[in-house]
Amino acid sequence: MVTIASTVNGRSSPGILSRLKSRRYAAYWMVLPLVILIAGLVVYPFVYSVYLSFENKAETKFVGLKNYKRLLNYKTFWLVTGNSFRFTLTAVFFKATLGLILALILNNLPFGGQRIWRGVSLIPWVMPLALSSMGWWWIFEPTHSAINWIIVQFGGTPKPWLSDPFWARVSCIVTNIWFGTPFFMIMYLAGLKSIPESLYEAAQIDGARALQRFRYVTFPMLSKLIGITVMFSTIVTFANFDIVRILTRGGPRYTTHLFGTYAFNIGIESGHLPRGSAVALFMFPVLGLAAFFILRNIARGEE
Amino acid sequence: MSLTLVQQKKRKITYSYLGLVPFLVFFLFPLYWMLITAFKPDSEITSLKGIPFIIHSVPTLDHFKFILFKTRFIQWFWNSFQIAIVVTIITMIVSILGAYAISRLRFLGSRYFGVGIFCTYLVPPALLFIPFYKVVGILGLINTKWCLLFLYPTLTVPFCTWILIGYFTAIPRALDEAAFVDGATYIQMLTRVFLPVAAPGLIASTLFAFTVSWAQFLYPLAYIYRDEEKVLTNGIYTTLIRGDVYHWGELMGGALLASVPVVVLFAFLMDYYIAGLTRGTIK
Repeated sequence: MVTIASTVNGRSSPGILSRLKSRRYAAYWMVLPLVILIAGLVVYPFVYSVYLSFENKAETKFVGLKNYKRLLNYKTFWLVTGNSFRFTLTAVFFKATLGLILALILNNLPFGGQRIWRGVSLIPWVMPLALSSMGWWWIFEPTHSAINWIIVQFGGTPKPWLSDPFWARVSCIVTNIWFGTPFFMIMYLAGLKSIPESLYEAAQIDGARALQRFRYVTFPMLSKLIGITVMFSTIVTFANFDIVRILTRGGPRYTTHLFGTYAFNIGIESGHLPRGSAVALFMFPVLGLAAFFILRNIARGEE
Repeated sequence: MSLTLVQQKKRKITYSYLGLVPFLVFFLFPLYWMLITAFKPDSEITSLKGIPFIIHSVPTLDHFKFILFKTRFIQWFWNSFQIAIVVTIITMIVSILGAYAISRLRFLGSRYFGVGIFCTYLVPPALLFIPFYKVVGILGLINTKWCLLFLYPTLTVPFCTWILIGYFTAIPRALDEAAFVDGATYIQMLTRVFLPVAAPGLIASTLFAFTVSWAQFLYPLAYIYRDEEKVLTNGIYTTLIRGDVYHWGELMGGALLASVPVVVLFAFLMDYYIAGLTRGTIK
């Protein structure tokens, strides 16, 4: 490259130099829409929501931390906090585990079959979540629908899926596992493909059996990817809205509300935007922690 | 010895397929249940007799006829389509220019841009919809589908820029240096070198932008109440569910019809999408 550049330089060096200078200006112009978008439609609304959360319901007076204090005194708020953590931890745990098992299974299949079944397994994740949640809503219907019919066939008693606090939580979590497992599978499967075959051959020569190969080769090679994927899914699951909104609307009696749906309930439906803002902002520390972890991991990988 | 190896391999594949079955049942059962409900006559949906997993009477198209001719489904479909297309175009212009500048034309602070873009994930729709309620109101866009045009890019642009930065950085520098020396302008370098070479990345991010716009539920639910301005997700949810009488057949038919475009797009372009999604983290 250097040689070509220097020979051409003799002819058109002023042109190249001035064009190199204009390079910076070109870059600023090109990155401008992106900056406007992020500053105007992400950073500004975020700052604005912090400001809003310090106002009273009519948005006429600055009330300081009153909205936050009120929330911390509500039993319902702590119920919602508990729900959000329980929902996220349980759902992410099952998604990460089932996703890993599925990826290991698919990785064993010959190429053609693997491609087809990988595609089929992705359908839950590809389908718009709001629409598939309506399908799950119908599945959980207690009298005329599928799950209770199966339970009765096996001699069990039908469950009031969406009207009992425990089963309603189970229903929301199952729907989230259904939706999110394929995402873990696709990440893990790509990770499995990047493990060099030679490592397995070496392990085989050392006499490692299948379980040991997984324990000493597969798992350590995947661990960083598992960490990133889990944190990424934590962000998305914690901020989930569609499933709870459609299956239970937060009920029965707030027992399935998450931060997102509760903020919607208070902010839009009850018309208390400042307090709704405060509810939503309680998500921020968890999201921040997860994002910090992801960035640290990705940055380490680039070194 | 070699025979047993072949047998071992065959056995491993058999077991793998066996292990796959419960996953496929779990993944596909909801879709099957939705599909079969959409074709069942109402009398059969509410009947408690017989196995519910097959259609006993004659399959009916009544639910689909109702959706298409008695609701605004077609209008919502068209609204969803318009919004998704325009958002995708906006997204691609902003992300391509941004990713190109960040990955190639070094400027002050360009190194931190990747991190900054990633941080927009900290502010999901569940957090932004309240301040946006005010913003949309001030702009007079409540109850119009057009408010979605500036809300959706906040979901699509960061991820698409992220994907494209990955693809652009992977292009060998020799390629654009050669074009530069030949007198190409920055825009020519972008259109003649970067875009053709990064075509798989462009496909992946276009698909992402389109499907995210198609699937969004919270924003339309929060800001659009007029039937004719609704998109598919909130239209089906707020209109096909009336009081305590759930029209299950119509609801399932509508949800399935609304999913078709996205699922079809994926069926054709999935490989690009998977590559785009995974290449950033696997290295």
